[in-house]
Amino acid sequence: MKAMVYRGPYRVRVEEKPEPRIEHPNDAVVRVELAAICGSDLHLYHGMMPDTRVGSTFGHEFIGVVHEVGPSVRNLRVGDRVMVPFNVFCGSCYFCARGLYSNCHNVNPNATAVGGIYGYSHTCGGYDGGQAELVRVPFADVGPTKIPDWMDREDAVLLTDALATGYFGAQLAEIAEGDTVVVLGAGPVGLYAARSAWLMGAGRVIVVDHLDDRLEKARTFAHAETINFAEHRDVVVELKRTTDFLGADSVIDAVGAEADGNLLQHVTAAKLKLQGGSPIALNWAIDGVRKGGTVSVMGAYGPMFSAVKFGDALNKGLTLRMNQCPVKRQWPRLFEHVRAGHLKPSDIVTHRIPLEHIGEAYHLFSAKLDGCIKPLIVTDAA
Amino acid sequence: MTTPYTAPRPPMRETAEELRARIPGWGVDLDPADRPSYPRERYAPEETGAHWTLPEPQDGDPSRERSIEHSMLPPVYGTSCPTKGLSGVVRRYSYARFSEGRAAHWLLLLAADRIDVAESVLRSFATTRPDNPLTQTGLRAELTGHGLSSRRGRVDARHHVVDPVVVAGPWVLAGWAGWRAARRLRRALGR
Ligand SMILES: NC(=O)c1ccc[n+]([C@@H]2O[C@H](COP(=O)([O-])OP(=O)(O)OC[C@H]3O[C@@H](n4cnc5c(N)ncnc54)[C@H](O)[C@@H]3O)[C@@H](O)[C@H]2O)c1
Ligand SMILES: [Zn+2]
Ligand SMILES: [Zn+2]
Repeated sequence: MKAMVYRGPYRVRVEEKPEPRIEHPNDAVVRVELAAICGSDLHLYHGMMPDTRVGSTFGHEFIGVVHEVGPSVRNLRVGDRVMVPFNVFCGSCYFCARGLYSNCHNVNPNATAVGGIYGYSHTCGGYDGGQAELVRVPFADVGPTKIPDWMDREDAVLLTDALATGYFGAQLAEIAEGDTVVVLGAGPVGLYAARSAWLMGAGRVIVVDHLDDRLEKARTFAHAETINFAEHRDVVVELKRTTDFLGADSVIDAVGAEADGNLLQHVTAAKLKLQGGSPIALNWAIDGVRKGGTVSVMGAYGPMFSAVKFGDALNKGLTLRMNQCPVKRQWPRLFEHVRAGHLKPSDIVTHRIPLEHIGEAYHLFSAKLDGCIKPLIVTDAA
Repeated sequence: MTTPYTAPRPPMRETAEELRARIPGWGVDLDPADRPSYPRERYAPEETGAHWTLPEPQDGDPSRERSIEHSMLPPVYGTSCPTKGLSGVVRRYSYARFSEGRAAHWLLLLAADRIDVAESVLRSFATTRPDNPLTQTGLRAELTGHGLSSRRGRVDARHHVVDPVVVAGPWVLAGWAGWRAARRLRRALGR
């Protein structure tokens, strides 16, 4: 089968690989129809995530058709069209039993801090991902869901991570009616978080980024006010100025480990790998939120330490909330919202690229060229 | 304009009615207790679809590397790229020796990643598809994706200059080291 393969930092290609097999009685093999590249994949692509092995296939956002099932699979049959949450999870451990699906303890030998994620390095379990023609899906009775007839296929693939994560991020921000919510980052996760904040009753939503195409999307798609941080000498002061010098009720970090805006932090973290991640956005969140407020962190950071301004988080009495998104927990409600038209995830898709051009797709999304916001990878074009 | 620091919350700029009219779905998830991730932990194992109390172990490799913070090898795991070569030795050592709490664990894994890249580049030269930094970096997208105009006025353009150094640097260094070694060998043989 054809699959995207990592060759080293900033280098990927399509290779012919052996087809995945059933390795556990509850496994399925899915023939991928549509996949996506996530901002998280960029951390792997840039060589920031420890134990990212040459030869591995990325991709944790994908939908497809069941191609083969293991002997204990009850809920799926060959031929079913399914959407697969980015989390690999068992459904039966201490954490899964409590709804913490992204924190499963039975699927990742390599680390106990993080659960299993498709195509996301050995640190997240060593699973191959869905930017390929076929992919192994463990716990087929637990993770995947049949795609409802009425659902658009692009909406379905966006529900497997980006939309669910944005919506989850807005929940962790603990929004009450009339709150002022600042969202750092106008990538897919930030745009969805901003849009979701309104559903929870926000009174003002302000999105911060430095890419004009994305800020434009934040105004049109997410109905938000916007701040281009490159236009301000100190964006924290601007955040204070626009919130009566109190700070926002909550701030959502939808940027993560490769944040820009401070050359020293960016280069020591994203380029020299001396930090687990560049904490620029997280520090802006801590500074920009009001005392007693909530910071919700969706941006991903590596497992090593980062230079976070923890002292001010304490001084301000902040609540910090964060997790990898437990995707399937969000689905029933999000299906309602998509069906009712409250959310239209595919409105932010800018590029649809065949798997053969994976190298260009990664470069385009990584360097944010051509107004790229969300690229989908089409695997069934042939 | 200066704002006095008084008790009331600053008034909403738009009323709930105005927001509801402007934004589809405004306030449908207003009740915090009626949001899918509330409360954080909700004991409901019957909802997950699992029909086992403990998953059977997959048929695999009992010597699979694992974090020493695990009491045993979990029943299910990925089999994407088993450890091999020198990078494999470093990775296995890091897993066997250091917990996730130690920087040494992660720094060794990052070092192993770089060794893996070097080993894979060398190995690729023995195949019909050697690594090709030009095609693999997708640089063609600079042409099709308006590389120059897309970057105008962006703060991150500054480190886009660093990116090629990060990518090409190891290749240049390896080429230089190889050339030096070859020259030294030639001299040694010639003498
Ligand atoms: N927690 C989860 O479950 C989860 C799931 C998906 C993605 N993520 C993480 O969320 C983050 C965003 O993902 P994405 O797909 O939207 O990525 P993306 O790369 O498309 O978006 C990031 C955006 O942040 C902007 N940015 C950079 N520095 C900034 C700063 N200092 N302030 C404000 N904006 C800044 C960038 O210009 C970009 O538009 C990533 O770190 C990703 O790994 C987490
Ligand atoms: Zn993701
Ligand atoms: Zn579990």
